[in-house]
Amino acid sequence: MAEHATDDRTFVQRWLPHPLLTLAVVVMWMALLNDFSSGGLVVGLVLGVVIPILTSHFWPDRPAIRHYGKAIAFVGLLLWDVVVANIQVARLIVFRPASALRVRWVAVPIEMKTPEAITLLSATITMTPGTVTSDISADGRSLLVHCLDAPDVVAAVEQMKNRYERRIKEFLE
Amino acid sequence: MAFLLELLIAFLIVVGSLFLLVGSAGLIKLRDLMTRLHAPTKATTLGIGSILLASMVHFIVVRGAVSVHEILIMVFLFLTAPVTAHFVAKAHLHEHLRDGSELPPTERGCGWSTFDPGPGAPDESGQRPGPRSDAED
Repeated sequence: MAEHATDDRTFVQRWLPHPLLTLAVVVMWMALLNDFSSGGLVVGLVLGVVIPILTSHFWPDRPAIRHYGKAIAFVGLLLWDVVVANIQVARLIVFRPASALRVRWVAVPIEMKTPEAITLLSATITMTPGTVTSDISADGRSLLVHCLDAPDVVAAVEQMKNRYERRIKEFLE
Repeated sequence: MAFLLELLIAFLIVVGSLFLLVGSAGLIKLRDLMTRLHAPTKATTLGIGSILLASMVHFIVVRGAVSVHEILIMVFLFLTAPVTAHFVAKAHLHEHLRDGSELPPTERGCGWSTFDPGPGAPDESGQRPGPRSDAED
């Protein structure tokens, strides 16, 4: 109710509440068509305007990406780490007897507070070397991570914090 | 040149299949659910990615048309794989752990959210949403 009474958004803010989402929807629509046509672009633009407006209430206070260069660098690092993770896990599966795996749970304390940043970090941890995020502490400040092979708990936690959390903090939150 | 490109496509397909095979073998070899979860979340991303890359190269070289569906498949895979893994892990926690005492401590003032409603949670009847607390048996 109150938000309607004090609607002091500009014209652009009202019709493009989420420019990045608009861009993502248009690009995704064009990719789904798999073929460039002006008609398809018009439909994509309409979807790109309508969908963010319809869903704008789901993003009440989204964090802004502060540094696009660092975000793109992070995606590159993530892709590289996924390839390395695949090779490592494949080697563990093929060459290591199952009983020789040092399987354990690890608690990773996190400093980030926004749900989006924590989600990104936990998804990153799941996609990378031998680790799966399984739970979060009740106050949202610690992640439960299952490690396939972790000889050194402290080093594993340090790697996740240094390699991923530090970078995510630089462009988000 | 055409031969080299075909070689590249074949190589990518073989590498992809190899990783998918290893991922599936991991499901048989590893012993419990949590370790098995590692095999499909890792080995398959590179396996499928490699095959999709082969598909893109094939369409660009042989058909002369750029196909971007493969990139979309990859994006959706990256978005959904962690969610699936998290759901399976969470179901495992609910089903097989009694109260979370087997897990490492959170080093916070509260437990893991699967077993501890946490500060500020609605706590009307003193009932905690622990695993199996409301099971029929």
